[in-house]
Amino acid sequence: MTMADAPPIDNAMFIELQESAGADFVAELVDTFLEEAPRMLAELRATATTGRPDAFRRAAHSLKSNANTFGATKLGTLARDLELNGVPVGGGDAELDALAREYERVRARLQELRRA
Amino acid sequence: MPDPLRGSARLLVADDNKVNRLLLQRSLELQGHAVECAANGRVALEMLRQGSYDLMLLDMEMPEMDGFQVLEQLTNDKALRDLPVIVTSSLEGIAHVVRCIELGAEDYLTKPVNAVLLKARIGASLEKKRLRDQQKELVRRFATSEVAQDLQQSGFALQGRHVDATVMFCDIRGFTSLVESQPPEETIELLNTYYTLMFDAINGRGGVVNQMIGDGLMAIFGAPLPLERHAEAAALAALDMIEMIELLAVERKSAGRAPIRIGIGIGTGNLVAGYTGTQQRATYTCIGDTVNVAARLEQHTKEVARAILVDAATRAELGGAFAIEPLGAVELRGKSAAVEVFALDRGG
Repeated sequence: MTMADAPPIDNAMFIELQESAGADFVAELVDTFLEEAPRMLAELRATATTGRPDAFRRAAHSLKSNANTFGATKLGTLARDLELNGVPVGGGDAELDALAREYERVRARLQELRRA
Repeated sequence: MPDPLRGSARLLVADDNKVNRLLLQRSLELQGHAVECAANGRVALEMLRQGSYDLMLLDMEMPEMDGFQVLEQLTNDKALRDLPVIVTSSLEGIAHVVRCIELGAEDYLTKPVNAVLLKARIGASLEKKRLRDQQKELVRRFATSEVAQDLQQSGFALQGRHVDATVMFCDIRGFTSLVESQPPEETIELLNTYYTLMFDAINGRGGVVNQMIGDGLMAIFGAPLPLERHAEAAALAALDMIEMIELLAVERKSAGRAPIRIGIGIGTGNLVAGYTGTQQRATYTCIGDTVNVAARLEQHTKEVARAILVDAATRAELGGAFAIEPLGAVELRGKSAAVEVFALDRGG
């Protein structure tokens, strides 16, 4: 299985989160993440072009941290790359598009899991 | 409500990320703690300075003031220096962990934080804090605030050092028969009054009470902090103590109770002073011939029916404000050579 085919959310990690924090609470936490994440993605877009490397790194760091909380392994990896390497050469459009696509997969899956 | 008996504490979570903050708060509340949150380092510091917290969980990557800056501020803040901080971060690289520990963080947990690990680390940190508080309380009870502060700043070094100081021993005359003649409650009350008065007199002259056994106490003048004219300070404290006991005797007499009297022995010289014990439970003490002499002199007060006896080294440091009567050389138990003994009283 290649990375692209991997499920957006690691089920085992998500279940572990539900067991330790409670399913109702995790549903609220998912809502919070889905509210916050678009802002982080927008921040990444904005700071990639305006030469604010610290803000770019912090937004990537935040997204990575939250992705890992929900078991969104691939999203976490993509965000981590941006955190460690900074704005990609060429402005990062391709990387940020890939990040946005992965976020969409994560969002859809989290909404399913949230209702489950 | 936090319940210290059930291992519950008041915690502060500092994290700019809402998901992290909510999740950490939830985990901690499930563990029975009372939790408050701050969205950046500046707010966290404000809350710490206004409220009272047992422990802080600190994120490193935050806007306005990051975790490193918070740790630096805490180190320089007397009131907050001892607050245990557990860093919760997903920063990459061991260098960050090292820097946090160097800046005084108690522990470092990588996010996402495992609930079981979190519980264990918080438990360990709170236990360490409890021991530190206990130790501080011990020092506070046994020392003046200046000394306690000095000890806190210098840390607890468990090695001894040579100091020139004056040692005092004091106990209540005929205490055993007094205990037998009155209800136990009255004895405890008497001891509390006695200790309050004696501490007051000793601390008032710059001395430190470092041991209490039954009705006996040991005090040091000139250590752990140097004290100018420590022999004279001890002699003045002894006179204050006698005066206070006389006042107490008057009070007791009017309440129909037997008066009490005390005996005081004072010795001056070089001794080894330091903490003995372990890092968890230490007591400040002095060892050396001077200590033995002071203890024996206190015993000897009964035989010569004097309230205060001092050795030659102490006597040599005392000016004309005292009435000093030489009692000649006396054989003291545990001493091969006879010791010159002087009885001390208020001057003219």
